[in-house]
Amino acid sequence: MGKTATRDAYGKALAEFGKDERIVVLDADLSKSTKTAVFKDAWPDRHFNMGIAEGNMMAVAAGLASTGKIVFASSFAVFATSRAYEQIRNSICYPNANVKICATHSGITVGEDGASHQSIEDISIMRTLPNMTVLCPSDGYETKFCVKTALETDGPVYLRLGRLAVEDFYDENTVFEKGKGKVVRDYGNDAVIFATGYMVQQSAAAADILLGEGIGVKVVDIFSIKPIDKEIIVKNAEKTNFVVTCEEHSIIGGLGSAVCEVLSEERPTKVLRIGMNDTFGKSGTPDALLKLFGLDGSSVAEKIRKALK
Amino acid sequence: MNEKELHNLKTAATKIRRNIIVSVSAAKCGHPGGSLSIADIVAYLYFKEMNVSPEKKDDPGRDRFVLSKGHCAPALYGALAERGFFPKEDLLTLRRWDSYLEGHPSAKTVPGVDISTGSLGQGISNAVGIAIAGKLDKKDYRVYSILGDGECEEGEVWEAAMCAAHYKLDNLCAFVDVNGLQIDGPTEEVMNPNPIGDKFRAFGWHVEEIDGHDFNEIEAAVKKAKTVKGQPTAIIARTVKGKGVSFMENKASWHGVAPNAEQTAEALKEIDAYAAALETEGRGV
Repeated sequence: MGKTATRDAYGKALAEFGKDERIVVLDADLSKSTKTAVFKDAWPDRHFNMGIAEGNMMAVAAGLASTGKIVFASSFAVFATSRAYEQIRNSICYPNANVKICATHSGITVGEDGASHQSIEDISIMRTLPNMTVLCPSDGYETKFCVKTALETDGPVYLRLGRLAVEDFYDENTVFEKGKGKVVRDYGNDAVIFATGYMVQQSAAAADILLGEGIGVKVVDIFSIKPIDKEIIVKNAEKTNFVVTCEEHSIIGGLGSAVCEVLSEERPTKVLRIGMNDTFGKSGTPDALLKLFGLDGSSVAEKIRKALK
Repeated sequence: MNEKELHNLKTAATKIRRNIIVSVSAAKCGHPGGSLSIADIVAYLYFKEMNVSPEKKDDPGRDRFVLSKGHCAPALYGALAERGFFPKEDLLTLRRWDSYLEGHPSAKTVPGVDISTGSLGQGISNAVGIAIAGKLDKKDYRVYSILGDGECEEGEVWEAAMCAAHYKLDNLCAFVDVNGLQIDGPTEEVMNPNPIGDKFRAFGWHVEEIDGHDFNEIEAAVKKAKTVKGQPTAIIARTVKGKGVSFMENKASWHGVAPNAEQTAEALKEIDAYAAALETEGRGV
């Protein structure tokens, strides 16, 4: 199994789709890191560096979109969302501008750069905005599908990407459906984990570990956080005895909250939210941090094992 | 500019001022002071300069206008109504729940509004985006924007200024309405943004400094901007907040308050008297 960072898959997909001349790409001095530089190499005339000025970048994107462009604006997730939040709200979401905010370096697997650069609240603040679609792919293949979905969506999209090279979980033949969750492990009805981003791989690893102990876990990839697949959530909550959510994000406002919102209205269910427990990250290698914050496969398995006792 | 053109612009600006008072009064809230200070610039753009009309409101080649100081929507709506983008009587529905005339300009609902604004500092960035698109598509439309002097306290204005100069956006022309007042008082007391012209110059813009109520100066500056190559133009326009309604002039307190019935009558009396004088003068033109 190969490894691909979702940011690499993003840059590649963007360059490939770049033959559509409506596409314009903006970056805030991070194009080599966000991989929009790959697009720039292919389509230099339609890539504009906005410098270290994310607020201006988002509002410029809205201006470009008002003329019929499809604009992809990239930076690290912390700066793309938190710093430019109000520009995204008023210049992009309010007029439903056709801007795709593709943010890399989300979550704690940013690693050594530390807490200042590890975005753990971006899903929360992006999904609260009217008109915004929120997508969080787990591997390179799913990323390409999400970039295509963003391109085909008329309106704002937030695409959450990672820095770390992660295991290819799917392949070129995998069929994804817009707005639909995807069952990736189906070992039984002891628990279901709704996971997003890199936590899909970690949750699958947890399910594999627990299978060896006779605990049957189902894992569902919720790459479309908004709109969210209510049907798959409710259906699996009904079938299983225990609902878990898993994300490389704060347990406040992210996937865990989104799943709880669905279940509290449709089928009140007890939910274990696994993620960053209302705390900032820190410097370290991605693997060390996943372990420290209990987000690696064996930690996730342990939490479920304990809860089921 | 010949006398007839000047007379027409004065008449248009007076109609816009009347629309501002009538609409803000009907809404019982809104921003008359800064709307009145930009009425002449808006009149020049919509009645002389810009290649826009209701028939081609979606024409990709049309000139664009971005009201970065979005709270002055009554001036923009007042001009759009006079140009026939929507019925004048609808101005009386400004800010109402069942109206398309949002409190701040909404491109989604208001015919003729190119971009939604309201949050200060963002409009000029939006204008930069439209200007970049114009260059990319090799279109010769021009992008006009009006900022407030208080608005220049927003850091984003200077991010946008840096970006416009960097990309040599000579198709962009931004007015700064320097009426010297913001909600909390004189700009120089609240947070001094001056000297604004020097700041734009330092950021690489061509700068013109004018009297924002003198149509000849407005025209000269706009014409000059069109000849400048490789640089955006900032027109620093000295204006009077509340211009045209004596009791509102130069008073920060009229930034965001609607006149009551009595004050409305007094304001309209003054505007209508000026309009009547213009009409008499017009017969001689």
